[in-house]
Amino acid sequence: MNLDFSDDQKFLKEEARKFLEKEDVLSRSRSVLESNNKVDEELWKKIVDLGWTGIRIPEEYNGLGLGHLELCVVAEELGRFLAPVPFSSSVYLFTETIINYANEDIKQNILPKLVSGEIVGTLAVTEELIAPTKDNISLSCVDGIINGKKIAVPDAEVATHVIVVARTNNGTSLQLVDLSLEGINVEHQENIDESRGHFSINFDNVQSETIGDDINGWDLFESTINQAAVLFSYEQIGGSQAALDMAINYAQERYAFGRPIGSFQAIKHKLADMYIALTLAKSNCYYAAWALSTSSSDLPAASATARVSSTKAFQLCSKENIQTHGGNGFTWEYDCHMFYRRSKLLSLNIGSLSNWKEKLVTSLEQSNTN
Amino acid sequence: MDFNDTPEQAKFRKKCNKWLENNAEYKDKSSKGDSFANKDLVQEAKIWQKKKYDAGWAMLHWPKEFGGIGATPIERIIWANEESKFDVPRGIFEIGLGMCGPVMMQYASEEQKERYLPPMAEGKEIWCQLFSEPSAGSDVAGLRSKAVQDGDKWIINGQKVWTSGAHFSDYGILVVRHDPNLEKHKGLTFFFVDMKSKGIEVKPIKQITGGSSFNEVYFTDVEIPDSQRLGEIGDGWKVAITTLMNERLAVGDAGGPDVEDAFKWAKTQDNLGKPLLSDKAARESIADWYCETNGLKNTKLRTMSALSKGDTPGPEASITKIVSANKLQDIGNFGMDSMDMAGMLKTNNQEIKGFQNAWLGAPGMRIAGGTDEILRNIIAERVLGLPQDPRADKGLAYKDIPSGNS
Repeated sequence: MNLDFSDDQKFLKEEARKFLEKEDVLSRSRSVLESNNKVDEELWKKIVDLGWTGIRIPEEYNGLGLGHLELCVVAEELGRFLAPVPFSSSVYLFTETIINYANEDIKQNILPKLVSGEIVGTLAVTEELIAPTKDNISLSCVDGIINGKKIAVPDAEVATHVIVVARTNNGTSLQLVDLSLEGINVEHQENIDESRGHFSINFDNVQSETIGDDINGWDLFESTINQAAVLFSYEQIGGSQAALDMAINYAQERYAFGRPIGSFQAIKHKLADMYIALTLAKSNCYYAAWALSTSSSDLPAASATARVSSTKAFQLCSKENIQTHGGNGFTWEYDCHMFYRRSKLLSLNIGSLSNWKEKLVTSLEQSNTN
Repeated sequence: MDFNDTPEQAKFRKKCNKWLENNAEYKDKSSKGDSFANKDLVQEAKIWQKKKYDAGWAMLHWPKEFGGIGATPIERIIWANEESKFDVPRGIFEIGLGMCGPVMMQYASEEQKERYLPPMAEGKEIWCQLFSEPSAGSDVAGLRSKAVQDGDKWIINGQKVWTSGAHFSDYGILVVRHDPNLEKHKGLTFFFVDMKSKGIEVKPIKQITGGSSFNEVYFTDVEIPDSQRLGEIGDGWKVAITTLMNERLAVGDAGGPDVEDAFKWAKTQDNLGKPLLSDKAARESIADWYCETNGLKNTKLRTMSALSKGDTPGPEASITKIVSANKLQDIGNFGMDSMDMAGMLKTNNQEIKGFQNAWLGAPGMRIAGGTDEILRNIIAERVLGLPQDPRADKGLAYKDIPSGNS
């Protein structure tokens, strides 16, 4: 029985944390939130130099050739500091899709450049103010030429490439697009957490390459999301822990009625509930990390379980952190709102809480019939 | 990460399993079904405990001289895992072996350990825990039962309550007040007592479930030899805390219907012409419970992983009871609601009974072994490091502490 990370993985986590602490990443996140520049390019370059973008990329493509578990520990630390970099878009979504489904030519072209930082990728799926489904994708792809518009695309401004979920004559496909081509228009879309920039992309007769086939693109997308959910969950528990730590510190330092507010049971019980939610989420993340790293058939249920409980934990911890801080928590000056914003962004970005609960029950029904 | 035993653990598991297969039936293959509920559970439990004892499985982490085999924590868990797959009587010895045993091990004299521990492990003598009182529940240190020293013995007067198994116990551990002029925690002293002593009267308490698993215990001029004092005079609280720590380990998961049962039920139960499982609210509830059940399961696996490596586990396990007891209450409620008006009716359907029993029994689970509120305090203070509440009784002699009317 060993549901734990190895000593090497724990060391990587520790190093990641020291680095992000030294770089004062939370302040960097605030700077991005407050500026028009929607990514911290300097921090991103340092992260690339540390090799993190190549953690899962095989050595033959210049990557580190490590596994998903190494990615999980880094994700948790990035989540803790609300890192304002395109790591999730480029690594969990774009790189993983290329590793899992692209042909050898594409891999040789793309993967080494993801390691070096020449290429930054993202993934585009949503088109309207509704949840995307296999049936409502309308961006078209005919003979590799795409037309249409995607919205709420993370990091599109800094990204060099995007993978787009498209409608084909035979079904759906994933299309790899070079964002420097003619006919592409990227526009900033303001969102609730401006430390992570999101954009619309308009495609007007743009050349693209198909990843996989032109029939089952949606299934590849779903499977990418199921895997990425584990990594996003790690970001969420990292953020939850940071919000809980903030609340604990404040409850110890802030006095009211002649005593630390943390000595009031109303506050204690609130913080205990945050700890309970976080512990459930963390334990589910461990199991999902195992399922991801071993390609277990239990991955759909395991990743949905991690996603649902981590989303709940981060939403609870971030909102009750504000409440614990009282009026100060509602000010721009305190960092509480940054966790609140990020928790909501992360609770939506690969699908809402209620849609993930639905996915979870669907996966239980499926494993029950099999 | 993996879920495999080490070669030694696998060998040990095989050994456990082999013995269990030869001496008991697997739950799913057992023909006994509900039979334990009808027979004399105490007698059945004693027979099973004796069998285990003779083969060295009864208290496997205890030293050999008291009937154990000096097993490691992970071996204990492996045994418990394997035993839980079999249809065997449980729930009689948990308090004695889980709480009284460790206290005796730590505080009793060598002669007493030799006299009392083996029959406890063997199941020949059953033990109970006499802490709570009518006016001292969550604030158990506020208890008022009196001990007055008289030469080499003590005279006990007072009342204990919620004493599980007192009606079939041979011995009990007892904390009482020897000096009301001292501060609350300082005036307590700890004993073990023969439950057949003159002056002890046990009265069962009827619970909201209709059953009676615990009791009121009255002490009228009960004599206890000073040799049965555990710890120094005035150390009662320190000794009691050892027990309560063990109680938190002993009282864990709530039994009863869980998310699989709710899921299975919802697949077939009609809801306005469609299966209940097609209802969005039902699906969301099932998803939430699945996350909680697996969160607890995976938390346990993390604890086991630490033990397996010889590390001290973190405080994660402190969330178990609070989560599982509340979930049990909700699942019971869900099952009953799903039948609309008919959910109120008692039937012979085992699943429906399960939901109704969960709904009726869960309030007790949320209180026993530390209420939800006390457990939240413990998490906040011991795990998160928050300061204690200022206490209205701090620094006061016990006799001067306001106690209301009860």
